[in-house]
Amino acid sequence: MALTDGYIPVAILVIIGIAFPFIIMGVGGLLRPTKPEKEKYVSYECGIVPTGEGQYQHNVQFYMIAILFAVFDVEVVFMFPWAVVFNQLGMFAFIEMAIFIVILCIGLGYAWKEGALEWA
Amino acid sequence: MDIIEIIMGILKNPLVKSAIGAIGIITFLSLNVLFLTWLERKLIARVQIRYGPNRAGKFGLLQPIADGAKLITKEDIIPKKADKPVFILAPAVGFLFAVLPAVSIPLAGGLIVSDLNIGVLYIVAVASLSTIAIIMAGWGSNNKYTLLGGMRAVGQSLSYEIPLVLSIIGIIIFVGSLSMTEIVDAQKNIWFVFLQPIGFLVFFVAAIAEMGRIPFDLPESESELVAGFHTEYSGMRFALLLFAEYIHMVVAVALMVALFFGGWYLPVISTFISSMSGIVPVILEAGIFIVKMYIIIVILMWIRATLPRIKITQMIGIGWKVLIPIALLNILITSFVLVVLK
Repeated sequence: MALTDGYIPVAILVIIGIAFPFIIMGVGGLLRPTKPEKEKYVSYECGIVPTGEGQYQHNVQFYMIAILFAVFDVEVVFMFPWAVVFNQLGMFAFIEMAIFIVILCIGLGYAWKEGALEWA
Repeated sequence: MDIIEIIMGILKNPLVKSAIGAIGIITFLSLNVLFLTWLERKLIARVQIRYGPNRAGKFGLLQPIADGAKLITKEDIIPKKADKPVFILAPAVGFLFAVLPAVSIPLAGGLIVSDLNIGVLYIVAVASLSTIAIIMAGWGSNNKYTLLGGMRAVGQSLSYEIPLVLSIIGIIIFVGSLSMTEIVDAQKNIWFVFLQPIGFLVFFVAAIAEMGRIPFDLPESESELVAGFHTEYSGMRFALLLFAEYIHMVVAVALMVALFFGGWYLPVISTFISSMSGIVPVILEAGIFIVKMYIIIVILMWIRATLPRIKITQMIGIGWKVLIPIALLNILITSFVLVVLK
């Protein structure tokens, strides 16, 4: 027997979860000192005066991973309903998923061959 | 009217129940995190033949409280170049998404705040959202190191999200339900770690990577990136980010216990417990669950004390070229064996 079966606890936890950090920061605001100094507000880059932009162009590899993830994550979502009803479907469901996974593997193999999984 | 009856009436209100559950979750997680920060420092110190914290309280047990007092009285510094709203919101978002998955994790039979019928899916989905907080922290700080740390963190969680979810599919095939309680109940006789050894290995590695712990701590590698995405954070904001990270660990380990190690079930002892009545079995079962959690946590800390950090090429390689093919194969083998046995 669960306390409640729906999403009410989730909703309440969202409210508390949002409030908690701000309450803590508020309480901390009463306790902590504020002594502004110019150097305190400079970005910390190992003590050297920062040069150039902090938000620079980054490696394209991160973008490749994000694309691959978007493709595979959608496929994985398809597997959840399949797995839940698997026992009622039997052999038919297995063959179906085998074909699906083979197609997935071809995609993964292609990405692998094209070097999307290498860190250049 | 009796005063106890009035209180019982109030307690039956679903809103009140939910509020109690939510506060219970935050309290449980916070206590665990406080203890874990101490345990981690002490254990790693012992492995490295040091004493670790031993000044505040017996065995340094009050160290987390001293740390908390120190962090809350620290000056709040927001770098001038930082993207203010993003910088301020990141720790809050991280905390929120770290706490949320705990709603659907059962500690004992009946001791679950909300037994959602899509339990596992909900946990995995919400837990993966904490990546957003990390990229917010990395981008909002407007610092070269934090951005690189944030990008690495996102790349890593995206890469290991897929094997993590794929390894759970094998279990769902056995159970035929996504509800966490039903998954644990299905392990009454045999734990899934024995039925799904490959799935467990994939889950274990992917979970460490998702937590961003050594050997998968590229996002915050101290020696190259200072501290990755939380370089610019100090005081309470830093504490919140760290808090979220430890909560993430507690939740992931609890999920591991519930999915693979039979939750609150122990051979032989569980039959004794089920013959008892009242609140005693719930406490005993929760105790078993927590002991199992701490055994895994100690193993995680042991790994942290033993292994060096992997390289980023290895990070991508392990995720995409090893874990995903193995996890897909595991699904095929599991479903095939089940079909044949039928």
